[in-house]
Amino acid sequence: MTASEQPVLRRGVDGRALWRSTYQALLSVVLSLLIGALLLLVSGQNPLLAFQSLWLGAFGSLNRFTETLVQATPLLLIAISVSLSFRCQIWNIGAEGQVILGGIASIWIALTFSSLPPAILLPLTLIGGALAGAAWSLIAGLLKAYAQANEVITTSMLNYIAVYLLAFLVHGPMMDPAGFNFPQSPLIDRALELPRLIAGTRLNISFLVALLMAGAALLYWRTTLGQRTEIVGASRRVARQIGLSVPATIAVVSLLTGALAGIAGWGEMFGLHFRLIEEFARGMGSLGIVVALLGELHPLGMVVSAFLFGALVVGGNAMERNAGVPFALVDVIQGCIILLILARGYIFRFRRGAR
Amino acid sequence: MGVVQMVGITKRFPGVLANDHVNLELHKGEIHGLLGENGAGKTTLMNILFGLYQPDAGQILVRGQPIVVASPAAAIEHGIGMVHQHFRLVPPLTVTENIVLGLKGRGLMNIKAAEARVRQVAEAYGIQIDPAATVQSLSVGQQQRVEILSSLYREAEILILDEPTAVLTPQEADSLVASLRKMAEQGKAIVFISHKLDEVMRLTDRVTVLRAGRVVFEALTRATDKVQLAREMIGRDLVALRAEQRNQVLVLAGAQDAAPIQAPAAQRAMGAVMLEAKGLHALDDRGLPAVRGVSLAVRSGEVLGIAGVDGNGQRELAETVVRLRRLQAGQLMIAGEEASHWDTHDFLQHSTGYIPDDRQNDGLVLGFDLARNATLKLFRRPPFSSFGFLNQRAINQFTGQLMQDFDVRSQGPFARAATLSGGNQQKLILARELSQAPRLIIASQPTRGLDIGATAFVHQRLLAERDRGAAILLISTDLDEILLLSDRILVMYNGSSMGELPAQTADAQTLGLMMAGTPLGAAVGSGGVV
Repeated sequence: MTASEQPVLRRGVDGRALWRSTYQALLSVVLSLLIGALLLLVSGQNPLLAFQSLWLGAFGSLNRFTETLVQATPLLLIAISVSLSFRCQIWNIGAEGQVILGGIASIWIALTFSSLPPAILLPLTLIGGALAGAAWSLIAGLLKAYAQANEVITTSMLNYIAVYLLAFLVHGPMMDPAGFNFPQSPLIDRALELPRLIAGTRLNISFLVALLMAGAALLYWRTTLGQRTEIVGASRRVARQIGLSVPATIAVVSLLTGALAGIAGWGEMFGLHFRLIEEFARGMGSLGIVVALLGELHPLGMVVSAFLFGALVVGGNAMERNAGVPFALVDVIQGCIILLILARGYIFRFRRGAR
Repeated sequence: MGVVQMVGITKRFPGVLANDHVNLELHKGEIHGLLGENGAGKTTLMNILFGLYQPDAGQILVRGQPIVVASPAAAIEHGIGMVHQHFRLVPPLTVTENIVLGLKGRGLMNIKAAEARVRQVAEAYGIQIDPAATVQSLSVGQQQRVEILSSLYREAEILILDEPTAVLTPQEADSLVASLRKMAEQGKAIVFISHKLDEVMRLTDRVTVLRAGRVVFEALTRATDKVQLAREMIGRDLVALRAEQRNQVLVLAGAQDAAPIQAPAAQRAMGAVMLEAKGLHALDDRGLPAVRGVSLAVRSGEVLGIAGVDGNGQRELAETVVRLRRLQAGQLMIAGEEASHWDTHDFLQHSTGYIPDDRQNDGLVLGFDLARNATLKLFRRPPFSSFGFLNQRAINQFTGQLMQDFDVRSQGPFARAATLSGGNQQKLILARELSQAPRLIIASQPTRGLDIGATAFVHQRLLAERDRGAAILLISTDLDEILLLSDRILVMYNGSSMGELPAQTADAQTLGLMMAGTPLGAAVGSGGVV
């Protein structure tokens, strides 16, 4: 067939690939739930009851549903952050540290410059949080770009540093003097708290920010910078052949990923906690990676998977309270999902060519 | 009855019928040529025999017994060995260690005894190799001998060689041919996969031609000829055109109507010097000297061919010119500008094209679609992007046009490059590199692994670029290609230039000697004694 015989095609969605990744993701989730059910049976509990309380916990009321969205918010932001670096073949697992730095910087700005009017100060905290996350990420990025340091190691080490820096700050320099020695900073000004989307719930503007960033990520892959990211990810060799600077691209991508994670930290601070607390980001980094992988690193896929994991976390907590099933079951289900997603190429190979 | 019979073998890959009811019979003591264009299904068929793929239908009989070849290990048990195009050797290990690798033993192995056996097997077939040498110290030709020995060591009775001469010098190829003859005399059945007609005519006893997955022709080699085989291979009529006083080459019949493909250099207008290198030195990836003081100049409207055995610094020379590799010493001028300090980006900004020799790793992103690959070097410029956003419409239009102009056959601009055959991948690269009418083209092994049709296409395109006024630096290990396309020929050996001569006065004999390390003066002086 020559080109002239072909209709001018739109760069379309590959329907079959979309269907494949959707059913593989769904199958992974369902299988993981079944494994969880099996574990419950073995330990002498009623899986139906447990899953019922999980479902009700996540979607049972407006309040529960909004909590699911609240949990999904940082997960989505972190997943988008992770997806940028993963699509550039940078195995950045430092989201947690970047979230923490974003939280620290934004709270510090809010407390230090509290005399500024909120309309100026709030955007400043957002920018500061994003910049702090970006700077933290850039450390690993530069080490990888120019010293070929393995980013898996550098980012996980930076996570430890961030965790202990946060602990140090809330136990020391940033501790609330009127807080009865609780490890937390003073509260920010009420005027800086992010507006609630639905009164009486904790759902706030940061959820919209996360959705906005998902939209921005969709656009990103249609920019020349997004193209550059993917070329460097697909082949460092080809990137060099076509005159792209691999180190510069890695540096730019790490700045962007760090900024997104920093924004997640900002959202947690100004939307939920209103002060720096210890361990506010605990486990978010790894969960964000799961969300990203389950969403196939695609912005829309990650919106769905972030929602799913928000529901699992919120429902899991309810299940623990109401059905007496330990939350660890949710961790098991998460673990199963990761394994199934990573191994899907082998597991779901129903009929594929020998290639 | 044949030692191997493949009956009704059918193999389907997504979207491609790679083998369609193929019957093939191999006989003891015979060298069987398996001929066909790229993508005709030769390698698939042999991978099935070797147990790498399972056929969708059909049967394999060895010595009359139907067998299932579940894996290469099973194939080896049935006495079937295969030498792949890309060797499967561990460079730091010795020849013997590589050969016994994967054999079952009882704990400790007796390397001395193994070495003695390797030596014994090698001598039986006239294969020269040092069993104690490490593989990384061996030339490509010697590495191939290790692969062959590995099969013989396992007492293979049936030996499959996938395009074995593609990587060899003429001299090495001759020595391979002698070894294969000896093996056949001793009763082995040998399958020789190739798309080179000369070789098949010279070497084989029987030949089978595959086209689009089907057997279209089989005969005793002495009962057929090149023209017939070529016709069967591509399914069209060919004419053999005599290109000036050069070797005969087969050119697609359609090319007759086009302008004569060879106009003597004297009749063409030569322009300014587009590429000039003086005393160029560069290191290879291991940091060892790879280019040692090469000087050359290419003018607009001419082709300078760099001949040489693979691995004599040609790749590093090309990479130095396109500014992927650092200049250790010397001077590089491109389009009259000092280019020694340029990077690749600068090089690309100066109206240049580069066809890398490793098209799958350097030329394309196989996981990307054709549209993205076609605009790899252009996507940052208008009209393909504006304000940082890609303009998909312009990209698609451009890609469609390129695919049409260069006859890239695919499932459309959104097919992944990995789904293209080798020839179409190369056409895509060519289309991309020539689309901006470059003034300087560096073409490295532009037709390696391509079939006749695609090769002729690439040659015509390059000559058309030359006639348009481009300066072309052609690097090839294929002497016929060098002789056909070049105006002048420079031979590289061990990183140095063995001298430069006009293509009209060059003959394969002299070039062969230069490729083996004899400088020009001495090579001509020795008067063709090899």
